[in-house]
Amino acid sequence: MTTLTETPSNKNVSGQPGAVQQKVKASLGRRHRQEKLFRGLGLSAVLISLGLVALLFINIFAKGLPAFWQSAITLDIYFDPAIISISDKPVQQAAESDNDFRKRHIEWQTEIGFINFNRLILESLKQILPDGAAYPRDLQRIVTSGERFALRDMVVKDPSVIGKTLRLKLLTDANIDVWLKGNIDRSLPDHQQQLSARVRQWADQLAEQGRIKNSFSFALFMNPDSRSSLASAGLAGAFMGSFYMMLVVIILAVPMGVAAAIYLEEFAPKNKLTDLVEVNINNLAAVPSVVFGLLGASVFIGWFNLPMSAPIVGGLVLSLMTLPTVIIATRSTLKAIPPSIRQAALGLGASKMQAIFHHVLPLAVPGILTGAILGIAQALGETAPLLLIGMKSFVASVPGSPFDQSTALPVQIFLWQGNELRNFFETRTSAAIIVLLCMMISLNALAIWLRKKYEKRW
Amino acid sequence: MSNLSLMVVLLALMAIAYQLGMVRSRKVAAVNPGLRMHSRPHHYGMMVGLWAVLPAFFILLAWNWLAPGVIQGMVMAQLPPEIAAQGSNELRVVMRRIANLAGNFGVVSDAQNWELAAAAYLQALNNTSKLLLTGIMAAIAAAGLLAAIRNINPQLRARHQVERAMRVLLVLCSTIAILTTIGIVLSMVGETLKFFSFVAPADFFFGTTWNPRFSTVGVGEQGSFGLVPLMAGTMMIAFIAMLVAIPLGLMVAIYLAEYAPAKLRNTAKPVIEVLAGIPTIVYGFFALVTVGPFLRDMGMVIGLDIRATSALTAGVVMGIMIIPFISSLSDDIITQVPKAMRDGSLGLGATKSETIRKVVLPAALPGIVGAILLAVSRAIGETMIVVLAAGNSPSLTANPFEAVSTVTVTIVNQLTGDNDFASPQSLVAFALGLTLFVITLLLNVVALVIVRKYREQYE
Repeated sequence: MTTLTETPSNKNVSGQPGAVQQKVKASLGRRHRQEKLFRGLGLSAVLISLGLVALLFINIFAKGLPAFWQSAITLDIYFDPAIISISDKPVQQAAESDNDFRKRHIEWQTEIGFINFNRLILESLKQILPDGAAYPRDLQRIVTSGERFALRDMVVKDPSVIGKTLRLKLLTDANIDVWLKGNIDRSLPDHQQQLSARVRQWADQLAEQGRIKNSFSFALFMNPDSRSSLASAGLAGAFMGSFYMMLVVIILAVPMGVAAAIYLEEFAPKNKLTDLVEVNINNLAAVPSVVFGLLGASVFIGWFNLPMSAPIVGGLVLSLMTLPTVIIATRSTLKAIPPSIRQAALGLGASKMQAIFHHVLPLAVPGILTGAILGIAQALGETAPLLLIGMKSFVASVPGSPFDQSTALPVQIFLWQGNELRNFFETRTSAAIIVLLCMMISLNALAIWLRKKYEKRW
Repeated sequence: MSNLSLMVVLLALMAIAYQLGMVRSRKVAAVNPGLRMHSRPHHYGMMVGLWAVLPAFFILLAWNWLAPGVIQGMVMAQLPPEIAAQGSNELRVVMRRIANLAGNFGVVSDAQNWELAAAAYLQALNNTSKLLLTGIMAAIAAAGLLAAIRNINPQLRARHQVERAMRVLLVLCSTIAILTTIGIVLSMVGETLKFFSFVAPADFFFGTTWNPRFSTVGVGEQGSFGLVPLMAGTMMIAFIAMLVAIPLGLMVAIYLAEYAPAKLRNTAKPVIEVLAGIPTIVYGFFALVTVGPFLRDMGMVIGLDIRATSALTAGVVMGIMIIPFISSLSDDIITQVPKAMRDGSLGLGATKSETIRKVVLPAALPGIVGAILLAVSRAIGETMIVVLAAGNSPSLTANPFEAVSTVTVTIVNQLTGDNDFASPQSLVAFALGLTLFVITLLLNVVALVIVRKYREQYE
């Protein structure tokens, strides 16, 4: 200790207020200010990040929520037999074969296809807009063009409506929705407006009369995408596409991932090869998703000749992407289960297989489910690989099987955000995003709930 | 029968065989009361099920692998000699036409007589092949089932057989991950080599203009495929993203790990991690509709000319996306630093922030660097944000307020356009993909090695 007497710190200890102690004291104010500053920086970083989450959600919800309601016009449609002049709906005769009947039915439908259902709508509009008769072109722009097919389908389903007058709620044109919601600047000069002055005035007038009302948009959920009739474009096709893909992911990625994890965690000998597999899985989890799209395009479509744009290919690609997530989650769950469980089973004479499948795996189910759900949520929101396997193409029908052409929810968002009618599709896209986010949040909430409910600390 | 119905039938057969095996084993046990059966009844059931279904299933796989080639060869042998003498590309078109005719797909206009004949032949062959396959599978399944049932006796080690089969299944599943990597590498290397037969590798890696044009018939007008502007755009956006994400993410991690009361930590951490779960297309839309116009207006106020879709927009939004990535990884790493180190520093009179800056952070630095590398690799591979918000203009610029293009955007553009799949315009996507794969692979491997070393250090 004697050698240390010269050092400044020792002088402090001796009780004499040395130069160093004074230096420390003098610096204290600055250092405490620094402490406060650092702490403040940390807190503001947290607040900024939380603020960004809030900003993102508020922004999307404020834009998208109004799109769940859409203007629709209430019209009394008279199914005029003079316009709908068709033969009776064919009924299968006792002696008729299925094929012949189908042929006759198709002929009947072709006949219906020639009928101008739009005239029913126009006639009805003329009743409430007396000055409309002179401007049929403007009148056409009130009701969206897809609604004539809704009328046709009503007749096909039940021909007895012919000759009756029904009070129906029809979607208005997308531009009218935009105008009435104020999503376009009302003061813009005429040539920049999408609608002519007359139609705009009609729209205001009808809205004032209560004929055009904002009502819940079932079209958004029930219809497939549409390009000719923008107001009736919906998410049904994309939703089914995503559903089929998730089905493929659940059937393929989850069992395979769990099996792989069981082998790697419980059976695999520790050697170079298993090390390689492990590094490989960690790497796959970080490979950019667009690379998986390239894999899908060249292997599944190029080599295996699977159909382009089909949910089965999308599901396969997403399965490969989700596999590492499931494997990693399952392995960490298996790792957390204490070896005493295995030893107890083995000690009572169970084989290794029996010990794992009868005793370890049941305990790991909640953890595996949590990992699987998070993987599925991630796959649900993935867009880039799907663009590369052709799911970007416009599909106007709801896919009936995983082998049909289809889009997916995130791809539908991508397609809609690029639509020319920005005023309408900005809100529509936000609404689609809300649907997607709600699905993802409920999946995540389910995972958290599972974890909370069954979590066991050993 | 189609493949799908064959598989359904196989599954049903497996269930039946399982029951048969169980019944048989019980009978055998009843007949030999003195002998103990080696395995439980359900093991015998599973064994019989496997014997009935697996061989037939392998036949199905092999048939689907080999039959199309054999059938195609037989049809080609029947073609008129002047048609068969054509090049492989023309032949492929011919075979596609014949297949369409045979499957009644679309109406092929003005089908020739020899085409119709070949189509009929193809159809007949296909039908025969299906019949033959169904027959062979039925015979083999029946043989396997009967042999397995007759084989049941008290000494038969059924459980061992079943467990061996399960083990093989587990091994197969764990090789899928490797197969995926091999598939990625092989498919991309193959297409990339094809691309390099059109464009010299040096022109690709060091070219400074990106102007692929459209597919052209002639060879002279090929366009230029220079990687440099795309790489520059990618790096610029990743850099901007890191400028946003590293300070915010790191400070969040430090605050939550060291200062925040448990209550704040338990709520703020999951909320910020929500950012990581949001699909990237949502970020892209947010950037395009909200952030881009906001930055442009801000620029106008200050007097800067900022494009609404620019490297800045994409970078800022990507930075927001990456915040939780950096914050949760760094959080884990900071909490792993032993408490003794903190206590030592605090005991010597250092303030908390001094302890963090001079003791905790240097100790955690390797791990944090690893986390940042992982985040960079993510930023480079991110696609949808840049597709929507970076402006897609492949010019070499150092101005972050200009529109740029990136590797990922170009992959999407080149493969989703109307290009022929065998043209350099499409093939370049695979060359870009391979480049991207190699870069992210290197970053990931380095990061994982660093993080793992760091973990071992404090374990």
